[in-house]
Amino acid sequence: MSPLWLSIMIAAVGCYVLKLAGVSLPDSILNHSKVQRVAQFLPIAMLSALVAVELFDGGGSYSLDWRTLAGVAAAVIALLLRRGFLVVFLIAISVTALLRLVT
Amino acid sequence: MEEPLPERGLIFRAAIGIGLYAMAFGASFGAISVGSGLTVGQTMVLSLVMFTGASQFAFVGVAASGGSPFAAVPAALLLGVRNAFYGVPVSEILHPRGFARLWTAHFVIDETTAMAISQATPQAKRYAFWATGLILFSLWQLGSLAGGLVGRAVNPADIGLDAAAPAVFLALLWPMLRRTEARWVALGGALLALALVPIAPPGVPVVASAIVALVGGLLPTRQVVEQIDDKDAT
Repeated sequence: MSPLWLSIMIAAVGCYVLKLAGVSLPDSILNHSKVQRVAQFLPIAMLSALVAVELFDGGGSYSLDWRTLAGVAAAVIALLLRRGFLVVFLIAISVTALLRLVT
Repeated sequence: MEEPLPERGLIFRAAIGIGLYAMAFGASFGAISVGSGLTVGQTMVLSLVMFTGASQFAFVGVAASGGSPFAAVPAALLLGVRNAFYGVPVSEILHPRGFARLWTAHFVIDETTAMAISQATPQAKRYAFWATGLILFSLWQLGSLAGGLVGRAVNPADIGLDAAAPAVFLALLWPMLRRTEARWVALGGALLALALVPIAPPGVPVVASAIVALVGGLLPTRQVVEQIDDKDAT
């Protein structure tokens, strides 16, 4: 099994085990306000880190493709205008694709 | 025999709406995943077995950043932690016992939990969980497969797919940023990850941002108490 396949299996089964733990563990462990706050903040910190890394990481050094940045900036405008997920997605890729086509 | 459920049609229509949204979301996942270097088969294993959107996007995002694919494992797992906490309200609604736990658990995600807890009666909650779960699961697979096949046929950069992953993460993050403290956590996570980019191996900056959540969550919540006190006083 290749390292990629193996990591896919570990991560996928691990995510399932987390769900299973949620419906199996006694409430008292998960019903703790500090624990819940950390759990609530986890996706916020990590999704935000992912946005930053996707935009500025050029493989261990900082780099930025302004066309990608422009696409994501357009997505932010769509989000500010309360557009749905699909619109945000399509705007981001079409702006980037168009800029790449003409430059 | 179950009593007839008056709100059944309403819940079903809402579940279809969520499912269609998930299909579009799944299609973007499939395209990004294949664009990141995974095969269509690997993409489908993630959608079928992992079946939790943010973790799947994070996995392919980190796996594509070079270095060992194992760096993507903790990122996916840490983003999957919230599903464990959804198990508390879901267990109170469904009371799964024995083997039922094994297959109920697979469907405990953002959308099914939100749909279940927002219904008024226990019967409606159960119906909402399963209608949303089964429809969303099917359409998520369909979307992932379609997106994966499209992604395989084109050059990802040509159709601007490199902008899709950060845009998707932003769209997932957006509704979580209503509270000020959440914005500080988001800013802290992004800055810490950025600072680590030149010095840490691929994947580590994203996982390290979990420290910001840990610190933020364990800090005393004085501000919140003050706000409640103010409200009581007026």
